[in-house]
Parts: sequence; C-alpha cells; structure tokens
Amino acid sequence: MDRWIWRFAARDTRGNRGRLLLFVSSMVLGVAALVSINSFGDNLKAAIDQEARTLLGADLSLESGSPFNERVEAIIDSLGGTQSRRTSFASMAFFPRTGSSRLVTVRGNQEGFPFYGAVETDPPEAATSYLESGGALIDGTLMQQYDIVIGDSMRIGGMDYRVEGRLLQTPRESAAVMLFSPRVYVPLARLDTTLLAAGSRADYEVYFRFEDERDADAAIEPLQSELRGYRVGTDTVEEERENWNAALTNLYRFLGLVGFTALLLGSLGVASSISVYVRQRIQTIAVLRCYGASVRSTVWVYVFQAAGMGLFGAFLGSGLGVLIQTLIPQVLADFLPVDVDFRVSWPAVFMGSGIGLGVTLLFALLPLLSLRDVSPLMALRSGVETGPRRKGWAWWATVGVIGLGTTGFAVAQAPSVGMGLGYAGAILIVFLLLAGTARLLMAVLSRRPPVGVSYTIKQGIANLHRPNNQTLTMMLALGLGTFLVTTMLVSEDTLVSQITVAGDTNRPNLIFYDIQPAQVEPVRQVVMEQGLPILEQTLIVTMRIHAVGDRTVQELREDSTARATWAHRREYRSTFRDHLTDSETLVSGIFTPAWSGEGAIPVSVEQDVANELAVDIGDSIVFDIQGILVPTVVGSIRTVDWRRMQTNFFVVFPAGSLDAAPAMHVIMTRTDTEAQSAQVQSAVVRQLPSVSAIDLSLILNTFEAIFSRIAFVARFMALFSVLTGMIVLAGAVLISRFQRIEESVLLKTLGASRKTVLRIMSVEYLVLGFAASLTGILLALAAGWSISIFVFDAPLSVPFASVGIIMASVVVLTLVIGHLNSRGVYDRSALDVLRSEV
Amino acid sequence: MTNGKNEVLQVADLTKTYQCGQRSLTVLEGVGFALATGDTCSIVGPSGSGKTTLLGLCAGLDAPSSGNVTLCGHPFGSLSEDERAAVRNEHVGFVFQSFRLIPTLTAIENVMVPAELRGRNNARPEAAALLADVGLGDRMDHFPAQLSGGEQQRVALARAFINRPDILFADEPTGNLDSETGEHVVDLLFRLNREAGTTLVLVTHDLDLAAMTDRIIRLHGGKVVSDTRTATALAAMEG
Ligand SMILES: Nc1ncnc2c1ncn2[C@@H]1O[C@H](COP(=O)(O)OP(=O)(O)O)[C@@H](O)[C@H]1O
Ligand SMILES: [Mg+2]
Repeated sequence: MDRWIWRFAARDTRGNRGRLLLFVSSMVLGVAALVSINSFGDNLKAAIDQEARTLLGADLSLESGSPFNERVEAIIDSLGGTQSRRTSFASMAFFPRTGSSRLVTVRGNQEGFPFYGAVETDPPEAATSYLESGGALIDGTLMQQYDIVIGDSMRIGGMDYRVEGRLLQTPRESAAVMLFSPRVYVPLARLDTTLLAAGSRADYEVYFRFEDERDADAAIEPLQSELRGYRVGTDTVEEERENWNAALTNLYRFLGLVGFTALLLGSLGVASSISVYVRQRIQTIAVLRCYGASVRSTVWVYVFQAAGMGLFGAFLGSGLGVLIQTLIPQVLADFLPVDVDFRVSWPAVFMGSGIGLGVTLLFALLPLLSLRDVSPLMALRSGVETGPRRKGWAWWATVGVIGLGTTGFAVAQAPSVGMGLGYAGAILIVFLLLAGTARLLMAVLSRRPPVGVSYTIKQGIANLHRPNNQTLTMMLALGLGTFLVTTMLVSEDTLVSQITVAGDTNRPNLIFYDIQPAQVEPVRQVVMEQGLPILEQTLIVTMRIHAVGDRTVQELREDSTARATWAHRREYRSTFRDHLTDSETLVSGIFTPAWSGEGAIPVSVEQDVANELAVDIGDSIVFDIQGILVPTVVGSIRTVDWRRMQTNFFVVFPAGSLDAAPAMHVIMTRTDTEAQSAQVQSAVVRQLPSVSAIDLSLILNTFEAIFSRIAFVARFMALFSVLTGMIVLAGAVLISRFQRIEESVLLKTLGASRKTVLRIMSVEYLVLGFAASLTGILLALAAGWSISIFVFDAPLSVPFASVGIIMASVVVLTLVIGHLNSRGVYDRSALDVLRSEV
Repeated sequence: MTNGKNEVLQVADLTKTYQCGQRSLTVLEGVGFALATGDTCSIVGPSGSGKTTLLGLCAGLDAPSSGNVTLCGHPFGSLSEDERAAVRNEHVGFVFQSFRLIPTLTAIENVMVPAELRGRNNARPEAAALLADVGLGDRMDHFPAQLSGGEQQRVALARAFINRPDILFADEPTGNLDSETGEHVVDLLFRLNREAGTTLVLVTHDLDLAAMTDRIIRLHGGKVVSDTRTATALAAMEG
C-alpha cells in the first residue's frame, strides 16, 4: 500500500510538474533569503573568531578620558609586554593649499600598534613610514571630499604635517564610523599638546602585546575594579570579539527576520495554489476511493507531492541563497570590521531548507486536509460539490502549529524576545487585516451593481468573486509587498525629517566649541567680521555624578542588587542660565533663574535622566566638577526637544551657581553656503587652532549617507518579499488561466471582441491593484505611525508623492503581470477547451 | 470467497433520504433485491428516479438512511468507510458514464490502478493483455486526453476487470457515447462479463440495453415498480 502511495504520487504529477514548480517557486526566495543571511552570519562569526586579535589589534588595551595617574602607570608597568600608546582627540585640521578645514579625530600613534592585523594605506609603505618622518595619514574619503592629495600639508594646532598616505582600513574602525568623524593619524611625539587643555575631551590608550601567551582576561581581572575606580576602561580580545558578535548577530538576525516574511508570504502562495490544484484532482481521488483506496492514503498521495515540491523548492532556494550570500558582504561592507570569506555554511543550508520544507508542508496541509471529505460518490455524479468545508480539529491543530512555529522561529531569530513577538504579532495583524479586506471587498462586489454600469465593469468585478477565485491570495501578495515598501519609506521619511528640522532658516548650523574664556571675544570678532550673526552663546561645564540621594555611584556600581544606569555613569555637560529655552518645557517643579548662594543648588533635570536616576523634585544629587563635590537638589524636571539642533542639556544650573567652575564656551552662527562655512571655519582655526567647529549640514549629509546605506540593506531584504509577492501573484493568475480560457471562449462564442475580453480583465486587475495597494498603504501608515511614536518619538511624516508613486506602480504592475500571464487566453479555440482535461 | 450460487449482493428495505434545509427528500424507499454469482441485472427508470443513488448504496459509496446492503458476505452497515473501501477493492469493478480515467496516468497505468491498490506490483502483463483484449494493445502508453470517448470507456472496462471482481457496477456506460461506439462498448462489456462470470448491475435508461440482462428492476420515484425476468433470461433458461 505504501509503495502504491508514492508511486502514484509521482505518476500523478505528470503533466502538472511545470505548474507544481511554479507553485513552489513562490517559496524559493524565502528559503534563499534565510539561507543566505544565516550562512553569511555563520561566516561572519567564523571570520570574527579567526581574526579576533586584529579586531583589537593587541592582546589588551587600557583607555581613559584623562591622562593615566601614577598608580595606573605603575599597573601598566607591571603588566609588561610590548606596549604602544595612542592619544586621540577631536580637532580642526586645516589644509593651507585648499584653504579648507574640517573637524577630524586626531590619533597620535606610536610604533608597534596594531600588533595584529595591519593599517592598510595607499601607498602601503606609508602605514609605518609616517611615524619616522613625522607625516600624517588621512582617511581616504576625507581626502576625496576635500580634494587633498598626497604631499599636501596639513596643520593641526601649531603643528604642520605632510600628508603621506590615505588610510584605507584600520583596526577597530569600520567605514561607517569613519564617515562620521574622519581619522587622521600622526606620530604621538608630534602632537600639539596645547590642544589637550583641561576640559576638552581626549582619549588616552595603551595597547599591549604579550609575547608569553598569557591570558589577558585573567591578567586584567584582579585589576578591574581598581582601574574602574580611576575611570580606566579595559578591553581584551575576548571582549572585543563578544561585542562585535553581539552587534553583528543582531544585525543579521534582524535581516533574517525580514527574509522570513518572504517565506511566509510564499507559503501562503503555496497553500492557495495547492488548494486549487487539489480541487482539480477531486475526480481522481473519488475514483481511487471507488477502487478501494483509504481516506488516509489519498491524503498521503498529495502530502507526498507537497513534500516533493517542498524539497525541490528548498533545494533551489538553498542554491540561490548560497549565491546571494556572496553579495551580502558587498552590501554590508561598511559595517563589517573584518573581511568575510565565502564559505557554504551547511547548518544554515539545512536550517533554511528544513524550515522551507516544514513551512511548505504545514501550509499545504491546510487545503489537503479537506481531501478527507471527498466522497467516492463524486465519481458517479460530477455535480456534487464537496460539502461545507470541514474545519475539524486537524485543521485548527495545523493552524496552531503554524502560528506557534512562526512565533517560535521569530523569537529565536529576532535579536530579542520582544522583537520576535512584536514581529509575529505584526505579521498576524497585517495578514488578518489584508484577508479581512479581501473578504469585505468580495462581499461588497458581489452585491448587485447599480443599473447603468457597463457590462465590462460588471463582468470584471464578477471575476473577483467567482468560484475558485484567487482574490484573497492576490490581495495578500500585493498588499504585503506594498505594506513593507511603504512602511520603510514612511519610517525613513519620519527619521530624516526629524533631523532636517535643523535645516530651518534662522536656526544655527555652525557651532564653535572648546572655546576658552579668553578666546570668546576673538571668536565673536572673527565670526562677525565674516558678516555672520552670533545666534547663541552658551557655557558648558563638564561634570559627573558623585552621588544620588545618600548613595554614591561607586557604591551603586559595586552593589549587585542596585542598578547603575548610563545616567549614573555618563559625563554631563551642563550649563547655567536664568531662563528656559524654547526647546525646553517644564514638567514639574519650579525653575530657579538665579542662585542665592545658600544651601544646595536647585537644578533642572531632563525627564528621561530623572527617570533613569529615579529622582524626583526635592531629591539630592551631588555632582563632581573636576574634583570638587557640588551638592544640588532637583528643583524642576523638564522635557527637551532634542530635534532642535542647538545646545541642549540634561542638567541646567541657575545663573550665578557655577561662575567659579572651569567652563568652555560654545558660539553658534548660521551660514548660508558651504563656501561661507569653510571660510569662517578657516578664519577661526588659523587664529585659534584649539577651537573646534561642527558644521551641522555636514553632519546631516553624513547621517543621510549612512542612513541610506542601512536603508539599502533593509530594502535588500524586503525585496525578497516584494519579488515573492509578484511570483505569488503570477501563480494566482496562472492558476485561474484555464477558467479564464473557458470564460473567454464562452464570451467569444457569444460575440465579444478581443477588446472586450481584455477590458474585462483590466477592470478586474485594476480593482484588485487599487484595493490591495490602498489597504497596504493604510496599514503601512498605521505601522509608520506607531513606529514614529514608539521608536522615534516624533511626528509621522508621509512623503505623499512617493506613496502615490508606489500605489501607481502596484496598480500598473498588477495589470502587467495579469495581462502577461493571461496572454493568449483569447486566442484559444473552443476545441482546445473541450480537449484539455484539468 | 464466494462460491457456487451464493448471493453476491443482498439489498434489504433500503431507504435514502436527503435533508435539504427544512425539507427532507426521500430518494429511495423500501428497495430490496438480491443477486447471485453470474446474475446480470438492469436498473431502469426515468431521470431522477434514484438509479444512481441505488448503485452508490449497493457499492458502499454512501450510507443508506435505513436498510442494509450485504456485498459478498460483508454487511456494509457495520463497516467503516475504509473497510467498505477494502471490500470494494477486493470484490467490485466500476464503469462510469463519464469514464473517469485518471488524466495523469497512461492507459495501462489506469488499468493497473485497482491491482496496485491491492498491493500487486506485477499487474502490467495482465493489464496489457486486458487492453489488447479490448482492442487497445497499441494505445497502452497514451494518456486519456489522447483517446476518444469510446476508447476511454474501453480502457475503463479493462480497469474494471483487472482485479477479477465478483460484481461489476456500470452507471449508464454508454450515456456519453454515440450509438455505434456505445454498441461496441456494450458488446465488450457483456463478453468480458460472461468470460469472467461476474455479477453485473447495469444502470441505464436504454431499454434495448436493459433487455440484454437477465433481470430488469424498474424504479419510479425511488420505489421499485417492477422486477422482471427478461426474454434473454427466459431464452437462456429454456436453452
Ligand atoms: N446529495 C443530494 N442531495 C439532495 N438530493 C439529491 C442528492 N443526490 C441526489 N439527489 C436527488 O435524488 C434524486 C435521485 O437522483 P439519482 O439517483 O441521480 O437519479 P437517476 O440516477 O435515476 O437520474 C434526484 O431527484 C436528485 O436530485
Ligand atoms: Mg443517474
């Protein structure tokens, strides 16, 4: 009996294999997406493991925001090994030949680092020669942007350097990071140390290589807490590896989740085509039952066929996935710290094809279960329809397994449980709403049309709710694709518009900072000489939190039951003034404009920080301002509109409270052109080399550049779903092809012209395209709205023109796919129809 | 299993009622008869009189509202659907009005289906011989779509006999054929039936065709209105 089942299953696919392959092709891309992203992830892990030491470039590093004190120096001595130091800070680099200047990250390096891996430069020998000759290496992108060539001179502070080479790849820094703040390498010995004045930020690092193969983690462990007390951070190969692994795993897992959507959509396509396919095999099944086949074995025949299709799809998808995997490193190159070799990851292939096969089978089972209701009587009477579809426990159990499996997989694949659940929930809602809309559409359209509607329109609309129609499938395929694309577009737009608020006229867009009190007047002078306005001038005092209430941050950190958050640990750049700005709103308490000089200073704390610190009005906070403890009390809590590109502060002190503290000044102006901006920056840097400038429009451009790459990666994965949607759509149209031929022949016999037949089809696809894209877009707006509220915390921004283009494209695409797949329908003769058995 | 002049089919007081919304429609009422090995019987009556329904019940394709069908000693009433299927596989052959060949199988594969369902994997020579017998020896690897209606029905005949059934059910076997082709098929049907000694239940509204069987059961409105021996039967008895 068993042998009969698979033998018959194989024979029965004859003449249908092309069709079955088309059905299964809708899941191929989903499998490909999963296999490619997970195989890539495995390779990435392998690459990171293999090159872990080059990630850090050393066995161990110590790092601090201020020069190491004596005790730390003693520890460094005792650790031994080969050492190499580096000091980094942000400063303006000035290029006399072009007269341009740009804020860069200056790294003063010593010989030795990186001990593992290499700094790649052009020309290659420049990677070490600059240390001896006293020259500089500059980020390749920066050189291109600022038209700098090798041999040019560059000034940082009071030092001049000859540009000896372009930096191509450096340890610890991916291209994305470099875009934000371009790197400049110079010898440590030739740094202008006057730039490292108190109050400005710098990073002091020392890198170790241990020739004795000792375990760096074990060596540093006993020193950790003491070093932490001095605010000295440590980093080992192992930590670096874990950090990268965690970050990149999150990235590729998220992408995998996007790919999984394609698989789900494809499986729905499989389910819907199989349901039509088996309906056409009812007579065959009835005959088999007459001749003694059991109910179970007839169902198995088609389960085997589905399994065969699933296997084939999994096989094809895996192959395609392995090919696509070679593309991913190129797409993600900017975010990767290591070169990823191409290798086929068999676990990823097995997982991807296993999931593909499993999902196909489960979704196929939904229509296959109804085969149990096929009565052998149907061989005697062809008119008998399968009675009302039985949705017994087996059907619901299958649906349950699909739901649990999808959720389980989403949770396992997603970077976090919450994200996995959120994904599963969102997918469920989108599918349900799309399906509901399809049902509603069919219900509305099945009502008798008003008199006067032309025949073509009536017939086209009737096609959408005829028996065996594919409206639901087509709606899902089109709607989900539209939904994904529009959601991405709306999210992008919301994010970008949030940043470009800074582009408003009258808002400052050029900021000078790190201005010593004595430099304030000269800077104002230079700016005004250039004919630019002084829009804002603020003071910044750097401080840390020493204690909240009666517990010091140190205690909190050592107490494993307490929680020391980022708000406890961060460095605060606070200001003092007698008013709130227009980007600040008081939530509770009273803002104190000026301090009387008695008791704790009443400060205004930003709401999120107050939440993190768990403080309320009247609670005390002790700040450590460069060694001096300053007791304060929370006088008010305020919200800050961070999107306003101006100096915003977590903590604002009242006027007169910090007069004695060492402060840095910030001066803001607005330039209208790039040239103007370059000119005033050069003028300031030439006179006051220690003052730094940030051009906000430059930051915006950089941000947009990086964002567009991330968006590209996400779109790359969403593309799988969109393509799958098109395949499902094409499949759905092809399935109903025979039905269409019959109808078209009938219409032709009744005297309809080719034009009429084509018009009827056009009406059908137009209505479908409109309904699906509109639903998809509305859902996307809802999704975009929740993302804008819960993720970006910003008002939704809708690019109406682009959304309109999407809608038009979906409608046109539906028309084109529909017509392409129905090609030749009109040309079939009545005889063809009589002959072909379905 | 069956031997001698044992009764192959016993039908007792069969009633079938369909529920159509609120109304119940009685399609068959109190039908009873019995057939022994080798008997041939026609069921005739106007369209809608319940012939196909009766045939379906006799073959265990459907369950009666009341009454019993016993096929080759198996009372269907006490069997599950799959058990009835097993009984059919062992004892029953079918010929349908619209042929019902499986479109994806070749002629010979169609003929082999009942044998393969029984677990026999060596039925090909037998199937080939049967096809040759019905005059389709050179069409064995053709698909149903490549055969004419008469040819398809001859393949169906070969399929009906491959398991050497004890009883053959034929529902309007010539209904979809022109008269000449129909005659040819009928000749074949009776020849094969005679050679195999199979009991035959033939549903038809063609009285000439019915006259070729031993016995005619007339249905009208779901009731047996007459049950007669035919001239053929009388002639056979005399002969
Ligand atoms: N599933 C069903 N539901 C309701 N009525 C049915 C069903 N099947 C058959 N009938 C009715 O039973 C009657 C007998 O049908 P049938 O046995 O096919 O007659 P015949 O084969 O003699 O033409 C008809 O009136 C038909 O409409
Ligand atoms: Mg009938």
